Amino acid sequence: MNEIFTLLSFGDMGWGDEIALGVVMTVSLALASLPIGLLLGFLLALAKKSEEPSLRAAANIYTTIFRGLPELLTLFLVYYGGQILIQQVLALFGEFYFEVNAFLAGMIALSLVFSSYASEAFLSAFRAINKGQYEGANALGLGYVQTMRLVILPQLVRLSLPALSNLWLILLKETSLVSIIGLADIIRYSNMAARTTKEPFLFFSVACVIYLVLAVISSGGISRLDAWAKRGEISR
Amino acid sequence: MSDASIGTPGSYVQSQAIQAKAPPPSPTSRPWTPTRIVGTTWLTLWIVSGLGIVWFLLNSNSVALVFDGEGLLPVSLTHNAKFLTKYGEKFVSGFIITLKLVGVSMLLGVLLSIPMTFMRMSKNRVLGGIAYGYVYFFRGTPLLAQVFLIYYGAGTFREPLESVDLWWFFRDAWNCAVLAFTLNTAAYQVEILRGSIENIARGQWEAASALGLPKWVTFWKIILPQALIVSLRPYGNEIILMIKGSAIVAIITIYDLMGETRRAFSRTYDFQAYVWAAIAYLVMVETLRRAWDRIEARLTRHLKR
Repeated sequence: MNEIFTLLSFGDMGWGDEIALGVVMTVSLALASLPIGLLLGFLLALAKKSEEPSLRAAANIYTTIFRGLPELLTLFLVYYGGQILIQQVLALFGEFYFEVNAFLAGMIALSLVFSSYASEAFLSAFRAINKGQYEGANALGLGYVQTMRLVILPQLVRLSLPALSNLWLILLKETSLVSIIGLADIIRYSNMAARTTKEPFLFFSVACVIYLVLAVISSGGISRLDAWAKRGEISR
Repeated sequence: MSDASIGTPGSYVQSQAIQAKAPPPSPTSRPWTPTRIVGTTWLTLWIVSGLGIVWFLLNSNSVALVFDGEGLLPVSLTHNAKFLTKYGEKFVSGFIITLKLVGVSMLLGVLLSIPMTFMRMSKNRVLGGIAYGYVYFFRGTPLLAQVFLIYYGAGTFREPLESVDLWWFFRDAWNCAVLAFTLNTAAYQVEILRGSIENIARGQWEAASALGLPKWVTFWKIILPQALIVSLRPYGNEIILMIKGSAIVAIITIYDLMGETRRAFSRTYDFQAYVWAAIAYLVMVETLRRAWDRIEARLTRHLKR
């Protein structure tokens, strides 16, 4: 038992500080991908509900691709493909060596996947908003931007929050894939610790427990957010 | 206002005639609104990148038309598909491994999820608690961590496993992958089944009870068929998630589609490996999605009005 505490302690003897660094990496990657994914997803939803057929078709192609590809493959396509593409472009201007940052590649890949799922969440929320809301805002003389900001968005947040919070939990779990392209997240450090100490079960259990704790913390945050989003509703 | 073409020049008719207006614009020519410009540009970009990928694949295999001026046609097709002849078969075998992995784990997952669903819904606190913990753990942690926990983690228990003669099972990456995937998908399936069973109206139970049907018969003949119809869509999504998730077994040295792709890429540094894999996965997922939609439409045709 003491041995386990030594292995997990902070400092030279234990892996506690390394794993803590991994947690910071995992959380910051997820937090960095979230706003980009949300913004892209919202714009995609606007495109999908537009009356312009070409815009709808283009947005649907995007969703089909990034919902159909395995997340790991999307990550590899961004990481290796991006590297090859940038190197070829740079080669036109002379000899340069360029390495794609693993964090950036992970962030781009996760945002792409997240946004294609989020667009569906936003779209179904848009569909749940009554047409009368737009007409009412119009009758009050509100312009497009004002209607969106004051009338539609508050309802959209409330309606899409359950689906989006689910996506956040999935995003948090998917960050584990970046360990494969070498980013030092929870899984990467657990792997290193497992190999060095020959205690794989202990360290991978710790990793699983950390993910569970992150999920529990997120659920707490989400329920507070949910209560805030529903502040306009009459409690029965 | 007068129109020179009507009536004789200077006449009353010409001075009083109403000038013809230009016809309204034909409904087919829509104005170039900003959304249309964005949409068309975006769509063009997709088409260009699609053509770019086709060009890349043709170019990587040196497929070209060459004018040699001989024979019936002065052109001939040259190609040097070294990559495809060398790795094509391996890709197919990887594809089959992926399908096998997903198929086996889905089937085992169905078998495991049924008793777990009963446990999860039972009134017994202990059984319910165990099932809840199981579902929470496997839905709350990444599949990659679960695979590592089982495959590498089993090493910690090598001696006890050897003493009960189970070490051969955990030594093999394939068995560990199937075990991890089965446990993972079963956890998700428990939630799908539970949700759909609990969504069946109470009146169904009550009516069956009024007819004097025992609970067991009510469940198998009345509740479960309706619940399965409701859960068709989530089951389809779960299969798609499994296909996509199965890519990670490449990390524990199983040569599925992704594993073969990684092997081909690491040997040749030819990016077409990943492009072929992407096409294969997209076709697989899209075909399944469309087929599932049709199956669902067929099975729920009695519910349509």
